[in-house]
Amino acid sequence: MNSSLIALEICVLALGTVLLLADFWMPVERKKFLAYFAAIALGGLLLAGFSDSSFCQTFGTAFNGAFVEDAMALFFKRFFLVAAILVLFVTAEFSDKIAAGISEYYSLIIFALAGMLFAASANDFVMLFVSIELITVTFYVLVSFQRAKLTSLEAGVKYLIIGALSSAFMVFGIALIWGTTGKMNFTELAAVASQFLDNKIFLIGVLFLLAGLGFKIAAVPFQIWAPDVYQGAPTPTTTFLAIGSKAAGFVLLLRVLFAAIPAVAEQWRDFLIIISGITILYGNLCALPQRNLKRLFGYSSISHAGYLLLGVAAVSATGQSAVMYYLAGYLFTVVATFIVIVLVMQNLETEDISGLAGLNQRSPILAATMTLAMASLAGVPPLAGFFGKFLLLKAVIGQGIATSNHGYYCLVFTALAGVLISFYYYFGVIRAIYWSKEAKDLSPIQLSGAAKLAITICIAGIVWIGIFPNTILNLADEAAKSLGI
Amino acid sequence: MPISILTYIFCAPLLAALALVVVPRNYRVIIRFIALLGTFVSMVLAIKMFCQFVPGHDGFQFEQQIPWVNSLGISYHVGVDGLNVGLILMGAIVAFAAACCSWEIQTREKEFYILLLIMSGGILGAFASLDLFFFYALHEFALVPTFIMIGIWGRGERKNYATFQITIYLSIGALIALIGLIALYLQSGANTFDIPKIIEHVKANPIATNAQNFIFPLLLFGFGILVSLWPFHSWAPLGYGSAPAPTAMIHAGILKKFGLYGLTRIALPLMPQAAHHWMTILAWLCLGNILYVGWVAMRQRDLNLLIGNSSVAHMGFIFLGIASLNLIGITGAVFIMVAHGFLAALTFGLSGYIYQKTGTLEMSELGGLCRKLRFIGTALLMAAMAGCGLPGFANFVGEVSVFFASWTVFPVVTILAVWGALVIGGIYMTRAVRKILHGPLPEKYANVADATNVWRKLPYALLLASLFVFGCFPKLLTNQITPDATKIVSMTTLITAKPNMVAVSEIQSPKSENRN
Repeated sequence: MNSSLIALEICVLALGTVLLLADFWMPVERKKFLAYFAAIALGGLLLAGFSDSSFCQTFGTAFNGAFVEDAMALFFKRFFLVAAILVLFVTAEFSDKIAAGISEYYSLIIFALAGMLFAASANDFVMLFVSIELITVTFYVLVSFQRAKLTSLEAGVKYLIIGALSSAFMVFGIALIWGTTGKMNFTELAAVASQFLDNKIFLIGVLFLLAGLGFKIAAVPFQIWAPDVYQGAPTPTTTFLAIGSKAAGFVLLLRVLFAAIPAVAEQWRDFLIIISGITILYGNLCALPQRNLKRLFGYSSISHAGYLLLGVAAVSATGQSAVMYYLAGYLFTVVATFIVIVLVMQNLETEDISGLAGLNQRSPILAATMTLAMASLAGVPPLAGFFGKFLLLKAVIGQGIATSNHGYYCLVFTALAGVLISFYYYFGVIRAIYWSKEAKDLSPIQLSGAAKLAITICIAGIVWIGIFPNTILNLADEAAKSLGI
Repeated sequence: MPISILTYIFCAPLLAALALVVVPRNYRVIIRFIALLGTFVSMVLAIKMFCQFVPGHDGFQFEQQIPWVNSLGISYHVGVDGLNVGLILMGAIVAFAAACCSWEIQTREKEFYILLLIMSGGILGAFASLDLFFFYALHEFALVPTFIMIGIWGRGERKNYATFQITIYLSIGALIALIGLIALYLQSGANTFDIPKIIEHVKANPIATNAQNFIFPLLLFGFGILVSLWPFHSWAPLGYGSAPAPTAMIHAGILKKFGLYGLTRIALPLMPQAAHHWMTILAWLCLGNILYVGWVAMRQRDLNLLIGNSSVAHMGFIFLGIASLNLIGITGAVFIMVAHGFLAALTFGLSGYIYQKTGTLEMSELGGLCRKLRFIGTALLMAAMAGCGLPGFANFVGEVSVFFASWTVFPVVTILAVWGALVIGGIYMTRAVRKILHGPLPEKYANVADATNVWRKLPYALLLASLFVFGCFPKLLTNQITPDATKIVSMTTLITAKPNMVAVSEIQSPKSENRN
């Protein structure tokens, strides 16, 4: 066993504990700055991972193969670190609204991050379940953190009930899979999975397992919680849910489908195509009439889960690398969106779209950031969202040609319909910023240095990933290779 | 490889747009100056490039290639040959003229100029690029500002509806074309997005016929929607009628040629069998443009709707030229693309001026304007004459070549189309001239002022001059188009020859005789 492989996870857990302890000695007014301390520490870990080849760069397995460190795990670990750093910046801006226990909030984010890091390396059903529970349980608390707000509590209860239900499904699924095959480890399971293709109990187990993962990524028919929870949760939690939790769902989905049961994935192409198509349509159509910004992005995140499932449904290496590339672009776009929401809605009671009115006069930087983010989500060149969608569509059309399965062509046209619908509400947000007549409050918005830094990182990310896709794409290709399809 | 002049041509407007971002919004003169400078530089460079272009040179000129995404074979690759050299020249001149005409915009000028520059830079880049990905992405980049501009600076009561309609139509068209392009990339097997390389590869390994039959309609109708091919044209008249004049100038003048250029550059040479199969259908569809939309134009009471319909009708001639699939036809089609770009920009610019001065474009309310607007009135008269194909203007040359070419392939269609061009075009254009310029002048317009300032006259004079120059000396353009049109035509016939013998000889043989 090679326990130095989990050095990164141990460091992150230690950081979470340090934050909890710091709560005892830190004066109340300075607790806000713990976020920056945590962000800097994570930044240090990220840089160490890039520069020092021995730190979380040695590939291999640990704990009897339950924990794997490969190119894909590395890709997602970097992704989660960047996501957590940006979310901490968002949280620091939001901290005034969280009355008590801000340092607990920070440490919960770090613990959720640890869960995501373990998820990125999970190669075993036990590891998968434990890491998912670590993420979900911390999110139960994070979602209902604004105890004084009824909507936050309501969101917490909804997330708890549906989350518990989906965990139950997942555990049941794992039990059925283990009961039929006798394997817990993905690599071992992959070797025997093809023998169980007509075993109904095994397939029901897989279905239940996918149901649990579908809850994490908010794919139809397990999407029902997303809009309510996105709306009710504190905005930093929403941000982390939208990227961290979703990406964790996707890394596990990719691992389970392509590392553990590739034979089933191959057989269930049509099923994946249908789920992807319905998710895209549902998310986009329901987003159309929304007026609450966070609810709007709740539906929009469902539709993006659908786009990401395009790459999964392709069942090919190009599809998987497209998923990872798309997630990388999506990370910066979503953080940019929510940091703007946090800063603009600070002094407002509602989160209505009309709150953005006159933003271009209040703060041109925030207006430009939101515009770029919306354009990227809608898929306008040369931003990250465009190239990501291009890769996903290319992967799906490629599979359509390779397998001559007409479902893929239908899926492409469904995705196009979704993109078209999404233009309407994304441009609606831009219109609200620049051209609404009902702007009441035109007082300028003051930005802290940290907020400016976070915004700069996000804008740079959206533009850089879109204009110079080579680096991320190579990393994603590398990561997809480690899945070996 | 040194930086190509083409890179400067399309980056100049984009850099100007970037510079505008940092200029405060109350510095109106500076904003206008930067926008004019950006488009002016690009126009001067385009003229220089056009003069230096050597007709019949083997391969592309002013090439530049930088690898971009190696794993997919995408590279930044620009270059010109006879097909796009005229389009880039036209695009740059129209962009400058549109920037000159933008004085009518009085609100939120900064955003307007930024979007205008993105439109012009993006579309010039799309015409210059020889890489499928950049070709598509730069057009999409230029297309999105169009919707925003119509939505915000548009005019008329149906502005919102028009924005909605044009966004849906054009996005659907662009996305269908995107699927076609991706499918083409995957089917060609060349594993590169580089157009010359794909063409080379396909010459050796033609794309399977059933794949062609699947991809070609995607490109034909995807691009067709973008070019307002009948029956997908209904976005155009209303969209242009509601758009601010500079936007209509750039979209009708330049962006609309993207789909036609894509058909000639990509669809015809790569999928010759499917092209032959679909060209008869295209020929009949383009009659819809010429005759049906021509009739619709005759019934219009609003000048902008009339011009919008007439510009849709003109697209029919280009489609007819492409459908004839022979040297004269393709040359004529490319020629009309350039000519119509100048013409559409000119007419929309003039109608924008009249709207600005009178506040209406209802032809029943106008009249006798030529007494007051001597320059604008004369220019409008000339534009109308050019629009119904008077010799001496560039459109005549292109339309005549198209008719000569299509006569050999589709005699019936040609007879009907000629009728549409001469009679219907003549009727609505002269009627419009009579209603607007002649007759008694309503009293409320006693004080309308003509364009006296050189700057106000410049865009119209420039566009008219271009129409004249290419109308009187068509050789300037045809010399450059012909060698490369020959290559396109030879690709469409050469490759079909092989399978003809085996599979579909009875269908193909009468046409191919005519074509040679």
